[in-house]
Amino acid sequence: MTASVNQQPFRNRRRPLSERMLDQGFRLLVTALACSVGIILLWILRIIVKESLPAIGVFGLSFLTKSAWDPVSNDYGAFTAIYGTLVSSLLALAIAVPLGVGTAIFITENLIPRRISSLLGLMVELLAAIPSVVLGLWAIFVMEPAIRPILTWLHTTLGWLPLFDTEPQGPGMAPAILILVVMILPIITAISRDALQQVPGELRQAAYGIGTTRWGAICHVILPAAISGIMGGVMLSLGRAMGETMAVTMIIGNSNNFSLSLLAPGNTIASMIANQFGEADGSQVSSLMYASLVLMLLTLIVNILAQWIVRKLSLRYQ
Amino acid sequence: MKPISEAIDPNPKAGSLFQKSGLRFRPSLPRNLWNAVMTTLVAIAAGVAVLPLVLVLAFVLIKGGQLISLKLFTELPPAPGMGGGGIGNAVIGTVLVTGIAALLAVPVGIGGGIYLAEFAQGGRVARALKVFVRFGTNVLSGVPSIICGVFIYALIVKTRLLFGQSYSGIAGGMALAVLMLPTIIKTTDEGLKLVPDELRWGAIGVGASKFTTVMKITLPAAFTPIATGVVLGIARAAGETAPLIFTALFSNYWPWPETILSGDTGLLERLSQLKDPLLNPVASMSVLIFNFASTPYPELQSLAWAASFILVIMILGANLLARWLGRFAAR
Amino acid sequence: MTTSTPGPSTATKTDLCLSLEDVTISYGSFEAVRNVYLEIPRGQVTAFIGPSGCGKSTVLRSLNRMNDLIEGCHLRGRVVFNGEDLYHPKVDPVEVRRRIGMVFQKPNPFPKSIYENIAFGARINGYRGNMDELVERSLRKAALWDEAKDKLRDSGYALSGGQQQRLCIARAIAIEPEVILMDEPCSALDPISTLKIEEMMHELKKSYTIVIVTHNMQQAVRVSDRTAFFNAEAQDGGSGKVGYLVEYDETERIFNKPTQRATMDYVSGRFG
Ligand SMILES: Nc1ncnc2c1ncn2[C@@H]1O[C@H](COP(=O)(O)OP(=O)(O)OP(=O)(O)O)[C@@H](O)[C@H]1O
Ligand SMILES: [Mg+2]
Repeated sequence: MTASVNQQPFRNRRRPLSERMLDQGFRLLVTALACSVGIILLWILRIIVKESLPAIGVFGLSFLTKSAWDPVSNDYGAFTAIYGTLVSSLLALAIAVPLGVGTAIFITENLIPRRISSLLGLMVELLAAIPSVVLGLWAIFVMEPAIRPILTWLHTTLGWLPLFDTEPQGPGMAPAILILVVMILPIITAISRDALQQVPGELRQAAYGIGTTRWGAICHVILPAAISGIMGGVMLSLGRAMGETMAVTMIIGNSNNFSLSLLAPGNTIASMIANQFGEADGSQVSSLMYASLVLMLLTLIVNILAQWIVRKLSLRYQ
Repeated sequence: MKPISEAIDPNPKAGSLFQKSGLRFRPSLPRNLWNAVMTTLVAIAAGVAVLPLVLVLAFVLIKGGQLISLKLFTELPPAPGMGGGGIGNAVIGTVLVTGIAALLAVPVGIGGGIYLAEFAQGGRVARALKVFVRFGTNVLSGVPSIICGVFIYALIVKTRLLFGQSYSGIAGGMALAVLMLPTIIKTTDEGLKLVPDELRWGAIGVGASKFTTVMKITLPAAFTPIATGVVLGIARAAGETAPLIFTALFSNYWPWPETILSGDTGLLERLSQLKDPLLNPVASMSVLIFNFASTPYPELQSLAWAASFILVIMILGANLLARWLGRFAAR
Repeated sequence: MTTSTPGPSTATKTDLCLSLEDVTISYGSFEAVRNVYLEIPRGQVTAFIGPSGCGKSTVLRSLNRMNDLIEGCHLRGRVVFNGEDLYHPKVDPVEVRRRIGMVFQKPNPFPKSIYENIAFGARINGYRGNMDELVERSLRKAALWDEAKDKLRDSGYALSGGQQQRLCIARAIAIEPEVILMDEPCSALDPISTLKIEEMMHELKKSYTIVIVTHNMQQAVRVSDRTAFFNAEAQDGGSGKVGYLVEYDETERIFNKPTQRATMDYVSGRFG
């Protein structure tokens, strides 16, 4: 469109060839650069599929349901890791969503002076910038020792539940979930805050104008209007949590023995790859590639679902 | 001043189906109780959300800050069990690998962003391409960082594609670049979209070519948001670990032999050593933290805290700088 | 309750609904309107007119504490409603807004169905009657029933601008306030919708006190009993213009025999 607009008036006054070539070249260059993203994505998929083919051939779909991981007899199944990925990210989400959305409401809904709320917002955003490996370090040396008594108490009082029936001894699923909460909280908060801020002021006025209380307006008008953005953010952070590697690897214990207990060491796909890829060879590499493929597909589904939800739930304001 | 009447409506509406009370605020009303409870809950949520930042910062600053000295930057990590030493190689390595990544990702990302914002209009092909690129960008930004590492490992490290070398600084840089790319495309695209169309029409109207319009008018006008996004993208990549552990790996040595500064070898040879880290394993602060955190040696663990300190200061500094840049230019 | 006698002097004395006593409203350090004294009688339509930026909306919003939502907005003086100071620290602004409803310049229905738009407010106000009946009654009063009765379940946004504005009016009257504040309710509407809303106001006047801001002189003449003319003046040393109340009287007097020169100029279109 714009291109034709800019060319037409100059038809009769021909531009120098060099300039037209430059324009054409520029267009080709940026088009090629843009396409590189898609190409990289497809390439990632292709390489991972190719590398995992041997394992797919040997284990087939039973790879997803077996929890064996035995480099000696070359028998691999990723069930423990897949289960760990899903459980850790979903539980982290369950904790982080109320906290994050609540924080976003606290920041945006004029509950506190603007100066304090923007400071809070800044702090949450800075939390998002802290590298996950630093959070992992902190988790190992500060958080895990600090929460161990609580986990022990859980075990002694609720030990009859399968979820708490092992004794906590350092790294495990529970601390990994907590560190995941720390990692995705800023994402949920930031996206929810943006979504809440985009709710038109007229809608707020309408709500307050008919005599709703602050929380009446928030629950019945503002949150429903912002729900698409918030849900998108939730799905996005679910994808992040499933793919999060370092902090989880450092604190989850990296055990392939399946256990229902949250206090026992576990594994996620990402942490399993990070932990074993360096020393693996042969069919173990291929199995890890297969696991990568599963992880990639999982995050892909979640991300596409996120985009779909945002579109589906968007309310129309005129 | 008249006292507020106690819950008596001076003008009761006869036959109203609404319960109307006085204007006085009554905290015991269910709706006011609900308000107080909910406000308290979200205040607690905000406190809980901020708590980790405060705690992480406090520990990193205290545990890492104690060790900050010049030696930290000029010495190599000690052998396990030995005290002292520094993380000089990791600091240089992080700068190096992140620099390579930026060198690769920034031009490609800005080019892609320019395409999305300035060129992707018109025919059906252009629109399809735009959807492809947008979708690719969104999906790629959701790909776990460890997968970027696995991808570059399978592509370059395992196949020894680069002059027969396996683990290398370039491989690490490429993995980080894959990670940075979507961020930079998005910020460029969004930054350029903020430029008002009038500016473009103005340039085109006086006969500027598309190339000139973009390079001289729209890109400079969108400089601040793009620069902000690029700084944030680089800062995030500098702290990434997962893409590096099987690409750049780690090294206990300086990226360059110490003789490069004052060796007795010839100048030409020393110059050719400059490329060493590009084709060999390179240390980085993030991988150092990961490796040293899991060792049982307290000296190495404290070096991990020191590296965290430097990394966090660098990254938070870049974040605050970017924010300040944006605020400054908005004035 | 709407037993006011037409005589203006008696009305203001005997049946006062709202009165502003030396009200000064500022945004941060900027004073938007200064020293307003105003007495709004019950059961009548009071119009605010004046040039843009003179603080009409600001004063109107202060009448049901909508200004509380604006950070930095501050009011000095007293706004007395039925003998109670609305800005007394013990007053609940939510309760105030249930008694003094508001219709905004831009139609702002909730992103809910037409039915829900009306039922929502009633429900949170503790309505215990038949909801269908209330919805119908409110829509009828707002002259929207015939157009909307077949699509009560459709989104409020499926209506035209004028219909949306009447929906917002229906929403406001559904909670049976005593006063309805309207800030340029017809500014985005075509003449026919405007006429419908004006007719409706004549109806509503029987049971409500109405305060309306308008830029349309004819509208003020057609609908209002009393008119307040606001103006803004550059203050020496001040940064912006400060609004103040110039004159307040029966509409007829304001438009025919104003006592102030500025009023005369404004209503005759020679303002500037
Ligand atoms: N939210 C706000 N924050 C700061 N200043 C404001 C705000 N709203 C209004 N003002 C200022 O207060 C003054 C009065 O504004 P107001 O909206 O009350 O005018 P108005 O008479 O309603 O104008 P109009 O006829 O254009 O609607 C103006 O100078 C305006 O700039
Ligand atoms: Mg106004």
